Amino acid sequence: MSFAAHLISGISLGSVYALIALGYTMVYGIAKMLNFAHGDVIMIGGYVVFVTVSGMGMNPLAGIVVSMAACTVLGVVIERVAYRPLRGASPLAVLITAIGVSYLLQNIALLAFGSDPKAFSNVVTLPNLELFDGQLVIKSVTVVTVAVSVVVMIGLTLFVKKTKIGRAMTAVSEDKGAAQLMGINVNGTIAVTFAIGSSLAALAGVLLCSAYPSLTPYTGSMPGIKAFVAAVFGGIGSIPGAFIGGILLGVIENLSKAYISSQLADAIVFSILIIVLLVKPTGLLGKQVQEKV
Amino acid sequence: MRAAWPGGGKEVLDMPMLEVKDLHVHYGVIEAIKGISFEVEQGEVIALIGANGAGKTTTLHTITGLIRPTGGTILFEGRDITRTPGYKIVPMGMAHVPEGRRVFAQLTVLDNLMMGAYTRRDKDEIRETLAMVYERFPRLEERKTQMAGTLSGGEQQMLAMGRALMSRPSLILMDEPSMGLSPIFVNEIFDIIRQVSQSGTTVLLVEQNAKKALSIADRAYVLETGRISLAGDADELMNNEAVKKAYLGE
Repeated sequence: MSFAAHLISGISLGSVYALIALGYTMVYGIAKMLNFAHGDVIMIGGYVVFVTVSGMGMNPLAGIVVSMAACTVLGVVIERVAYRPLRGASPLAVLITAIGVSYLLQNIALLAFGSDPKAFSNVVTLPNLELFDGQLVIKSVTVVTVAVSVVVMIGLTLFVKKTKIGRAMTAVSEDKGAAQLMGINVNGTIAVTFAIGSSLAALAGVLLCSAYPSLTPYTGSMPGIKAFVAAVFGGIGSIPGAFIGGILLGVIENLSKAYISSQLADAIVFSILIIVLLVKPTGLLGKQVQEKV
Repeated sequence: MRAAWPGGGKEVLDMPMLEVKDLHVHYGVIEAIKGISFEVEQGEVIALIGANGAGKTTTLHTITGLIRPTGGTILFEGRDITRTPGYKIVPMGMAHVPEGRRVFAQLTVLDNLMMGAYTRRDKDEIRETLAMVYERFPRLEERKTQMAGTLSGGEQQMLAMGRALMSRPSLILMDEPSMGLSPIFVNEIFDIIRQVSQSGTTVLLVEQNAKKALSIADRAYVLETGRISLAGDADELMNNEAVKKAYLGE
């Protein structure tokens, strides 16, 4: 039973990575930039819930909605202020700006909330799932996390494939100039992408803090980087890839912690990334673009 | 007069369809377009010819808002579009078939065509236009579920043209439609441009293949390092000694 328990908690952690990775991969896929501040949006999302639910006594669900709304606005503002002026600049300049935004958010949180960890109260108040006469207990937050990430992944896939704005995103991701010639508002489409990615980050933040209830200004940093690894692992730009990459990463990390060494777990995770990239540089589900010239 | 297709519903204009006045474009400190002026009347086929680097593509990109000019004005059907964001120009009735075709390789042929109708709302009308595009390009219908990236160069050119027609433009800008195509496809493409023009759409054509371009154009402008060096009726230019020598290889 302990293997099953480790596996399940790995899937739970992986689902959080998957949610974050979905945001990474959407933004990368469409704007062709790595938004390294994405992890810190998670942390902001966590603090918003902390303030509204633990501080102001709001209903947890309402707190989550407020947090998602706040992060959506934050994501759009970051895009407008920090990234849009650099459209057309070298990718390196954009990357460095993203790192700068990341530190900015961390330090704003540091200034506002201090560095000591805040005890985050679990917002998922459903009863736990007990299987095999209580030998295997699955926490309700785990069930919710996995369910949310699956729903979000399917929802996003349908959104991109079936809606007009989704197809506009695909067009923008391939060729911004040609997309504009179709009458697509490229900047608007990228802003929508940031809005979606950031609202997912807020959701991920809430679930992450519910499962690991300690919130500091650096809470989002490591999961952010790991989710980035997950996105690359699954094939950056691919929505199902980000999901699978996230789940796999969480499972590998948790099983390594349980059976090999908890100190080495991260090293193992990153080694696997290196191996995957050596064998299949596009990631597990990365697209091999075939094009006749 | 009502143009039957695809710019249907447009009344006769009492002004040039497109008017470019003293246009200047810079890339950094380099001036690529040094004050050009030209007009396109409704129903005309106008050719912009010139050597590589003369500024033909830059001119088209500036008209459709991909590049911002540093001076001058662009009027489309009398409206100043010099500062209009590019995506707002398409619904006004201008479409641009870009150089190198730039179809969306990862979308199907049908999805590419539907991207062309992105700014249109009426589903029945879009379906009608799609049927007309398929009629003009039967090959696109045969391949509608295929990824655009797997089409041959000539087919991609047809797709790019069909995609532009999906917005039902009254003016269509075409940038080097014959580039990189086999002679058979080149003839086919020029036949299609002629048909598009006959059905009432005004055409502004940029071509390095000056002979072909002049053969279907009403009037032409010769662009030389960012300036218009010659302008006139296509027949006249075809017989102009300087043009013959520089662009027609005679």
